[in-house]
Amino acid sequence: MATRRVRFTFEGDAVKEPVIYLVGHEFDVVTNIRMADVEHDFGWVVLELDGDHDEIDRALAWVEAKGVRIDPVAGDVVES
Amino acid sequence: MTYATCLACRECGREFPLEPLHVCDFCFGPLEVAYDHDGIQSRVTRERIEAGPRSIWRYIDFLPVDEDFIVDLNVGWTPLLKAERLAERLGMRELWIKNDTCNPSWSFKDRVVAVASSRARQLGFKTLACASTGNLANSVSAHAARAGMDAIVFIPHDLEAGKVLGSAIYNPTIVSVNGSYDDVNRLCSELADNRHWAFVNINVRPYYAEGSRTLAYEVAEQLGWRAPRQVVAPMASGSLFTKIHKGFQEFQRYGLIEETPVRMIGAQAEGCSPITTAWRNETTNIRPVKPDTIAKSLAIGNPADGYYALKTMKRTDGGSTAVTDPEVVEGIQMLAECEGVFAETAGGVTIAGLRQAIETGQIDPDETTVAFITGGGLKTADAVVEHVTQPIPVEGTLQSFEDAFAEAPQAVGVGD
Repeated sequence: MATRRVRFTFEGDAVKEPVIYLVGHEFDVVTNIRMADVEHDFGWVVLELDGDHDEIDRALAWVEAKGVRIDPVAGDVVES
Repeated sequence: MTYATCLACRECGREFPLEPLHVCDFCFGPLEVAYDHDGIQSRVTRERIEAGPRSIWRYIDFLPVDEDFIVDLNVGWTPLLKAERLAERLGMRELWIKNDTCNPSWSFKDRVVAVASSRARQLGFKTLACASTGNLANSVSAHAARAGMDAIVFIPHDLEAGKVLGSAIYNPTIVSVNGSYDDVNRLCSELADNRHWAFVNINVRPYYAEGSRTLAYEVAEQLGWRAPRQVVAPMASGSLFTKIHKGFQEFQRYGLIEETPVRMIGAQAEGCSPITTAWRNETTNIRPVKPDTIAKSLAIGNPADGYYALKTMKRTDGGSTAVTDPEVVEGIQMLAECEGVFAETAGGVTIAGLRQAIETGQIDPDETTVAFITGGGLKTADAVVEHVTQPIPVEGTLQSFEDAFAEAPQAVGVGD
């Protein structure tokens, strides 16, 4: 089992989709939202994902394909 | 001994031990070092600081490091130059340049890495790590060499060879990641959780960030124990910006300088300006961007401390600027031509941002202002190589010189 802490950023139509619900439905991954701020056309959600390492990877690839940006919870870590 | 007492969540305030942690377990907010303020207050005086070494370690009472673990490359105590010619050009009364190009690896990153590497040593780490495209990797590699620690540096696979050299010379392990910038981000975030390595800006980030406060301490001391009324600083993650302000506040709190409001003005390049965009849109929701600018050292599309930078601007009646790449080049040239300081592109952003802030009324040209120059120009020579003076070709005779000199536009203004 693995745990991953990530930040989803939604823009445009992606805001309207129940992406997090579907992650739990389509993949063997438990989602746990810790912080969020969602407006009508933009939003971000910080959450924890629990599950098998590869299953989390599959779930995140699926989320990304939905047009949701995924970042580490601490933001960009690659600095100049 | 350090006066650091614990790590505290910036969002919910929960406290954690002084361990390699960076995110609150409860709300996932960022952690920050908390201090015994009474202890610091009882110990620090201007005289004690002035008697200290000419480096950031003169401020050790304010840092989360015990003296026995310091990794010392003589970082900091960089020049604060009164920029009279640049001030005149910009129509300002009193402008100062904090020249952090003079650090051991030629950027302000030495301040944060000095603190992170020292704390990492105190925490028992044998390996320093980072993900970087330049300045940070240079500093981590240099500090690891100085401390006798191992260094492992992750870089994007398409990074130019010239940028790798500044790290490679110190003989770290360099891992070239075949993937996008985001892939490097994710890989390193996972490795920071899985390996016993001190990733300076991930698992020991709370300590790392504290090093930036020394910029404010030095400026206050070098100004004759006073704070400037206005500051212009570049913003990448936003951490430097917020910590400079915190540094001035702390010196006021401990009575080392008078209470003076310091207005904080941030500078970004238009091609990566998520913080300035949020500021202009009057929101604290920062929309991540894909960077596209020559100011690579500020190219953080999803800034970890952007929200806090916005709060600092608001609290200080500050402002935020975004400048084009040609303006960045102009900024580098203006600073070099007026003051003899060759800055990297981030410095060009700062100077061009300063000019924009004056033009837009965000800065009062009659108030004391400090602009922070955070890295040396040879790091980003490509940005200006096409824009600098070209040599006048002559034969080795007086006649050839006189003929060419009379014709050459470069010679205009050269007097006897």
